[in-house]
Amino acid sequence: MNLLEKLDAAAAARKAMLPEGVGAFGIPIEEVYSATEARIGERRVILLGTNNYLGLTFAPECIQAAHDALDAEGTGTTGSRMANGSYYGHRALEREFAEFYGYCTGIVFTTGYQANLGTISGLVSRGDTVLIDSDSHASIYDGCILSGAEIIRFKHNDMIDMEKRLRRLGNRTANTLIIVEGIYSMLGDQAPLAEIVDLKNKYNCTLLLDEAHSIGVLGETGQGLVEETGLQNEVDFITGTFSKSLCSIGGFCVSNHPQLDQLRYLSHPYIFTASPSPATIASTRAALVLLREGKTLRRQLWRNCTQLYDHLQKAGFTLGPEPGPVIAAILDNPRQALQIWQNLLENNIYVNLILPPAAPDGKSLVRCSVNAAHTTEQISYVGETFARLHRQILDTDA
Amino acid sequence: MTDSNYDEILQLLRDRLSSIASSEIIITAETNIISELSIDSIKLLNLIMEIEDTFDISIPINALADVQTVHDLASLISRIKSNH
Ligand SMILES: Cc1ncc(COP(=O)(O)O)c(C=O)c1O
Repeated sequence: MNLLEKLDAAAAARKAMLPEGVGAFGIPIEEVYSATEARIGERRVILLGTNNYLGLTFAPECIQAAHDALDAEGTGTTGSRMANGSYYGHRALEREFAEFYGYCTGIVFTTGYQANLGTISGLVSRGDTVLIDSDSHASIYDGCILSGAEIIRFKHNDMIDMEKRLRRLGNRTANTLIIVEGIYSMLGDQAPLAEIVDLKNKYNCTLLLDEAHSIGVLGETGQGLVEETGLQNEVDFITGTFSKSLCSIGGFCVSNHPQLDQLRYLSHPYIFTASPSPATIASTRAALVLLREGKTLRRQLWRNCTQLYDHLQKAGFTLGPEPGPVIAAILDNPRQALQIWQNLLENNIYVNLILPPAAPDGKSLVRCSVNAAHTTEQISYVGETFARLHRQILDTDA
Repeated sequence: MTDSNYDEILQLLRDRLSSIASSEIIITAETNIISELSIDSIKLLNLIMEIEDTFDISIPINALADVQTVHDLASLISRIKSNH
């Protein structure tokens, strides 16, 4: 097979899974009305598949800050942080992130994907080991591969399995980076951080926590799982993204190890890419202020999360182990998942469809992301629609 | 590396792979794991975890970059096992 034939084969495999005309992936959103509503085709839909957890995409403070930066500094930096792309705002945001976590330093990256790529490949290299959760996000896998370190996986959130693998590493654990996520993006469950910290200390490893989905969502001031568990002094590095609760694009790494700053000189995903635009940085800085003060938003978010989780559980869906902003209905059969996804859209509800091998254990997911701006009525309507589809599609197939 | 070590691993791999493969072909040492058996990357990674447990060894998944056939995988495991 030549290069193009391989792409044709991949297209054929995808077509076999999705019937003709079903564009479940990359569906165009024609118009966005608010944090919870948009137009897809001719339908006005409820957005239940975004990562806009605090509902801040239209926050006037963020929009104003972005406008001001656009006027004052132009559309783009046209260069790397290493060269001409480090503006006052980038530095300020780094200080603000470090201060937010009570750490000594922080680095801003152009995307959350690059934050993981740049941090991991800067921290470990050939001869070192990374121990990662089997459900890790692709940016973690890719960062590990880029680093050249030996990659060992442990079973998702299984501490007995994790310790078994640490024990096998013998004296290599001193050069081992453990990587976990605050909230996992597929099933919305949280890492057992206290137990992970115990193992990290017992085996003398280094710990990196990706708070991509948990920043803004967990903890009194929204730091994430690290704050929820009070383990700020035990986690060595925290990465995260601006693309979810902070409603822009970009990523960060913070740490209380001053050595983190060395990454500015050796991490390719930091150096060989243009820095975030001034407007992006300005809206993120404004959003970080709102996120820290966002106790009420977090309360609304969690009310919505538990409401939807309860609805779907009562309807008979198999869900992830705990409620959270990501709530996934787990299905054995991709055809049923697709049918539910399509029916939801016909009922003006947009959620995410995840088919194998992207979902864990060969399952298919109909994944909802809840946000603080959803109304109780919207959540009830979604819950009722799911319940009806369970009766129509799953109960009749059974 | 002893041959019995390799043979035992090869047999184990043939058994495990045939239980997770979606195609029904007879698996030999020369079978290509990804293209002939339609085993997706996640299934293969999970199989590696299982083999690590069976032999109490660490198999870095980067090493899979060089693995195409069942023989390649059996040799890799056998090498790691005898260095252990
Ligand atoms: C756990 C995790 N880490 C990192 C990222 C990458 O973030 P970004 O979208 O900002 O590149 C994501 C995004 O989906 C994620 O889920």
